[in-house]
Amino acid sequence: MGKGKIVAGILAPHPPHLVYAENPPQNEPKAECGWESLRWAYERLRRSLSTLEYDVLIVHSPHWRTNSGTHFLGVPHFKSISVDPVFPNLFRYHYDLKVDVDLAEKICQAAAQDGLETQMMRNKDFRIDYGTIVSCHLTNPEWNKPIVGISSCGAARYFNMDVLQAMMFKLGKATRKAVEESGKRVVLLSSNSLSHRHFTSEPELPEDMSHEHINNHNQYIWDMKMIDLMKRGRSKEIVDVLTDFTEQATAETDSGSLTWMLSALDFPTYPAEVHGYGTVIGTGNAVVEWREANV
Amino acid sequence: MNNVVKGYVLPGLPHLVLTPDANPGWKKVRQAMDRVRDEITALDADVLMIYSTYWPSVIGHQIQARPTPEWVHVDDEFHALGSVPYKLKVDSELAHAYVEAAKARKLQARAIDYHGFPIDTGSVVVSKLINPQNKLPCVIVSSNVYADRAETLVLGKAARDALEKQGKKAVAVIVSSLSNRIHTQKTEPKDDHIHSLKDQEWNLKFLEFLKEGRLEDVSQLSRQFHKEARVNKVANFKPFWWLAALMGQNNLYAGNVMEYQPIYGSGAAVISLTPSDKAARDLEFDESDPDSYSGERNVLGGTGEPALTQEALHE
Ligand SMILES: [Fe+2]
Repeated sequence: MGKGKIVAGILAPHPPHLVYAENPPQNEPKAECGWESLRWAYERLRRSLSTLEYDVLIVHSPHWRTNSGTHFLGVPHFKSISVDPVFPNLFRYHYDLKVDVDLAEKICQAAAQDGLETQMMRNKDFRIDYGTIVSCHLTNPEWNKPIVGISSCGAARYFNMDVLQAMMFKLGKATRKAVEESGKRVVLLSSNSLSHRHFTSEPELPEDMSHEHINNHNQYIWDMKMIDLMKRGRSKEIVDVLTDFTEQATAETDSGSLTWMLSALDFPTYPAEVHGYGTVIGTGNAVVEWREANV
Repeated sequence: MNNVVKGYVLPGLPHLVLTPDANPGWKKVRQAMDRVRDEITALDADVLMIYSTYWPSVIGHQIQARPTPEWVHVDDEFHALGSVPYKLKVDSELAHAYVEAAKARKLQARAIDYHGFPIDTGSVVVSKLINPQNKLPCVIVSSNVYADRAETLVLGKAARDALEKQGKKAVAVIVSSLSNRIHTQKTEPKDDHIHSLKDQEWNLKFLEFLKEGRLEDVSQLSRQFHKEARVNKVANFKPFWWLAALMGQNNLYAGNVMEYQPIYGSGAAVISLTPSDKAARDLEFDESDPDSYSGERNVLGGTGEPALTQEALHE
């Protein structure tokens, strides 16, 4: 068995609106259209990934929130319906997915050895959160690869962003180590928006795009700053400013997803490919791919 | 007419359903919940009106209206404790009336009626324990992550409007811990304790007030409590605003702290508030008392479309 490898890392935001607007058979509500700049960004991502061989998607989700450390999906098969508690009118998705439990256990062990609090999730009645499902669906709508599902730890709220980032540095490193030992080729998904202040009302027709725009200019400026750093391969600088970004743009990076991924990729210095940027109910979202071969 | 016959403050962690015997304190809280069940059976009430801090919303206020939601619930954090099958009975008519009453007071609100909607851990746990046979139907309202005091008071008043309109009497329930900081490292049940001394002190302060029936005082102190004893996951500590607004915004209650114990580090209290003629204290309150929600003040700026923006700072 050869050495495993992280072949790509993706910033893969999870607004359920994007799945809703694509009308896949798994989702009950049907849309006319909507949020095309982000859906086309995901199309470009999928085209890019179609040239890449990989075995597993590892997804770190802000919407599986745990406060006692990091948890990992530990049941081989899940089949149920995921109803978004916040946007149930848009997302009621029938999922049927496989988990690479072996790889999940390896990452869990490696993280624990590095001093992190970890736990495998073995309850077969557990429902998969919509963050995990939306990011995986938009990246790989065929669902023909198993996933590893990782919870986001609430340390940013319990302590602060610096504490959370210190933990995510370790989790990223443990992920890389476990992947290398597994011999598998994996793609990482950081399932989060950038700026994240929502509107709290929604138009009668949710996909009426005449209502869609960034919540406030401050968020937009911050998003552009972060995307610029990504395009210039300045990962270390991203994590350096992430505490300020998260606070000032109410960003969903408080989940630790992005920090985990950049650490697992060993803080890339090559430019990331930005497939697109768009807003969803006022939040800022970018689909971005880190892949060394792009250099 | 007072449409709320009794108010309760109840904890919502799944330990109370799945493993109450693992710790003597958890067992005591469970026994107190069982007493609440018996008390409610003896009350002349038509409905349980529940505000759950375990159900966050973003698009205004969501109100559960599906007549018989049914599922097997697993908690995101405490999945290892097991699964909780549930089947609830919801007063759908009252839920819709609540939505209309909220809209009449200029709040964003909507009814939720979807197969498979994930009822939150707190609502499931409380319903299982205090209303196991669904003797009373319930209405459950979410806790908007951005909402602050004005909005939540108006939400409580709208609940009162709906009850009055339908001529129904309610038991009002807030599902919330006091201090909400749980252990971040694996802790055996026998070693459970309130996470920090500061949390413990603030919990005791709130219990002292509630024992005297000083609900409005507690409501007025909520901002302070949020700063001192809550992990800041949402804009503010809101449940007592909702409860006070629904129950009349005064201190005219007989308070009973039925139990208080740590559950996995958090402060779990079982408290009842019974309307009474005698005020515990009659203080002069300095917070404003809005009757309808006038929206956010566009503090983040730029859009000039107040209908699409709102107040409060972060989740
Ligand atoms: Fe999200």
